[in-house]
Amino acid sequence: MANTLPKVPIVIVGMGWVGGIIAAELTKAGHNVVGLERGKSRSTQDYYHVHDELRYASRYELMQDLSKETVTFRNTEKVRALPMRSYGSFLLGDGLGGAGVHWNGQYYRFLPYDFEIHSKTIERYGKNKIPKEMSIRDWGITYDELESYFVKYEQMSGISGPSELPDNIGKMSIPYATPPMKMSPGMKLFTDASSKLGYHPYIIPSANLSQDYTNPDGIERASCQYCGYCERFGCEYGAKADPVVTVLPVAQKSGKFELRTHANVTGILHDGKKATGVKYVNTLTGQESVQPADIVILAGYVFTNVRLLLLSKLGKPYDPTTDTGAVGRNYAYQVNGASSVAVYEDREFNLAMGAGALGSSLDDFNGDNFDHSDLKFIHGANIRFTQTGLRPIQYQPVLAGTPKWGKDFKQATIHNANRILAVSGQGASMPNRYHYLDLDPEYKDSLGLPLIRMTFDFLDQDRELVKFIAQKTKEIADQMGATKTEIHDTIRQYNIVPYQSTHNTGGTIMGSDPNTSVVNNYLQMWDAENVFICGASNFCHNSGYNPTATVGALAYRAAEGIEKYMKKGGSLV
Amino acid sequence: MAKQPSQQPQDESRRKFLKYSGTAIGGVVVGGVIGGIIGSNMKGGQKEPAAPPSETNTPAVPADRDYNQALMFFSQDQFLTTEAATERIFPQDDLGPGAKELGVAFFIDHQMAGGYGFNSRDYMSPPFYKAEASQGYQLTFKRRELLALGLDALNEYSNEKYKKTYAKMTPEEQDSVLTAFEKDEVNLKGVPASTFFTMLQNLTMEGVYSDPLYGGNKNMEGWRMRNYPGNQMSYTDQIDKEEFIKMEPLSLHDHLQLG
Repeated sequence: MANTLPKVPIVIVGMGWVGGIIAAELTKAGHNVVGLERGKSRSTQDYYHVHDELRYASRYELMQDLSKETVTFRNTEKVRALPMRSYGSFLLGDGLGGAGVHWNGQYYRFLPYDFEIHSKTIERYGKNKIPKEMSIRDWGITYDELESYFVKYEQMSGISGPSELPDNIGKMSIPYATPPMKMSPGMKLFTDASSKLGYHPYIIPSANLSQDYTNPDGIERASCQYCGYCERFGCEYGAKADPVVTVLPVAQKSGKFELRTHANVTGILHDGKKATGVKYVNTLTGQESVQPADIVILAGYVFTNVRLLLLSKLGKPYDPTTDTGAVGRNYAYQVNGASSVAVYEDREFNLAMGAGALGSSLDDFNGDNFDHSDLKFIHGANIRFTQTGLRPIQYQPVLAGTPKWGKDFKQATIHNANRILAVSGQGASMPNRYHYLDLDPEYKDSLGLPLIRMTFDFLDQDRELVKFIAQKTKEIADQMGATKTEIHDTIRQYNIVPYQSTHNTGGTIMGSDPNTSVVNNYLQMWDAENVFICGASNFCHNSGYNPTATVGALAYRAAEGIEKYMKKGGSLV
Repeated sequence: MAKQPSQQPQDESRRKFLKYSGTAIGGVVVGGVIGGIIGSNMKGGQKEPAAPPSETNTPAVPADRDYNQALMFFSQDQFLTTEAATERIFPQDDLGPGAKELGVAFFIDHQMAGGYGFNSRDYMSPPFYKAEASQGYQLTFKRRELLALGLDALNEYSNEKYKKTYAKMTPEEQDSVLTAFEKDEVNLKGVPASTFFTMLQNLTMEGVYSDPLYGGNKNMEGWRMRNYPGNQMSYTDQIDKEEFIKMEPLSLHDHLQLG
């Protein structure tokens, strides 16, 4: 029997970056908030023994337990989707702070072009530039409208970045909160080489603090130690900004915030017009509870947000056959695979050292910063050299032609361990009419509820992008004074086995058309005015960047929208 | 946050000392002065328990005996097969020890005995269908089952081809058998040969390079061989240096500060 709890004004589903930011903002404004997190609580003390590659990187200590819930996947509708039985392509967060704990901290505001990609592409190249099934659209908000929210995230998390940035990315009204990270020899080589070529490199803006920092909420954090254990790990120093060391303490200090861990939300309750609350299961006791609320905020990862709407029959599910409906539309990812390595026989680098967001990058071939007239793709990639700390289990560097095991393999990997610098492109991912999320007809989670199903593949757009960007990485690598370089310029079918990126996007996209988007530009649901849905699930496509900056900005935007809604009600647009 | 000094007591010297003392002293009971020296080299001055006095006629215990080393999952034959196969994947050479000396077979044994061997955090619910390669692992075998079947198949195939068990063959013969598995040229009782091989290969590299606490990477020799510094608390003062910096690795044990 479900246990019905007393009604609360605001309930948030998911305590990652979005949930944490919204909880902090609303409690600071004096509102009472209940935060539901399906995983356990966390603190920096949990990470005193975090420098353990096997436990955290290979065995996914911080990630969702797939035996309880996973996703199913197929490349096309012609194939039966099958469950992702173990981790590969992307990693799902779990527990307090969510994926905000195990990120690298690379911080990029999306480009002004991103938010108006549809109209700007047509404006420059004409309608025919957009392939028939490519479902790009304007986001219903502009870069300028989002600017002040980026600033809020940067000041809260203490983003470390250069005071001067190239002209080919969005303008900033206020500089980054702290100076840029230190420069490693590899970063210098990349910077010199790309400057010589006439490009515009800059140090990657970082959520790993370059110096001790106290944020506007009075939260103090220590600087990054460049320890080389960042992505897939929690930070024992609290130097990497994550919700547990930034926004959640602010919410907790307010006295207005109640955190419930081990609370796995299974549905949004509604009367067809508005939500009345949520139901959740305590993952330890199995007790089901109903939490009535005036406002429901979905702040889960992409798959959670979409799945909860579909399970709750809230909003109109997307149907690719008729191209109607909205929930599940525009799933996109990240197009990696363009890279070149620079091999140095004459020197070694300290590549075990690093930080998640340590590196240099350039945007000369990102967004619409270059002419696509004669190219068979749109958008592009941020090209970068990063030094995140190379760990020996996962990093077995061999060049083409080396055997995969045995004496030659051993000698090559040991010899190469500190001699290779990689220049790579993080490519944008365009949505397609036939790439979407829906409920799997067959596979269920441990509670018997359908899993989310992903239909996704790489297309010609992606292959052309990779081929082009790879040439640029080669051009840069060739200028880096290496003994030799090697290019990787080919991607084939999307394969869920090798790790690629935890930058899954779309499914509850924002927009100005209630028929084809799920939320308006305050992240308020068109079909239920007291439901706000926020996260990378709002992205209409994914840019050639890491998503967290834009997720953070949208979360501040949503918090403002929720406050407005509490004052006046109704649709905010 | 206080920074840890990057140079901890030299574990290498302790290892050499133990090795040396073990050889030199032979069966003599270690205690007294020598036991004290060993103890003083331990972190935090903890004493290694002295070997029991040999009141009976049982042979005396060598100083480097490791009571943490025994089998949780493998039979002794499976252990020997694993040791032989992983040694071919990561062999001993001029650069340093191979999988055998690094304790990789113990690492694999321990991993199979725990949650990872049971796929406890993987989605293992039916139904199981034939998959496209892009959809990943879709077999019913748990890792420990696949490994045991694969090891049996290694021996069966070796017997068929060379009339010997795997561990008894020459390195060249062992390599040819592994290659046949890698290339899926073996079809024995439905064992997915290349899937087994890839798993063994991954487990080998994990055993070579994971923290020694898991039973492999013995004395951090895997890390030392490739100049991996293990887990240091800070590189703030080194990250921007041009020269390559070699440092003595640290393990998680070096960071254990209880109470």
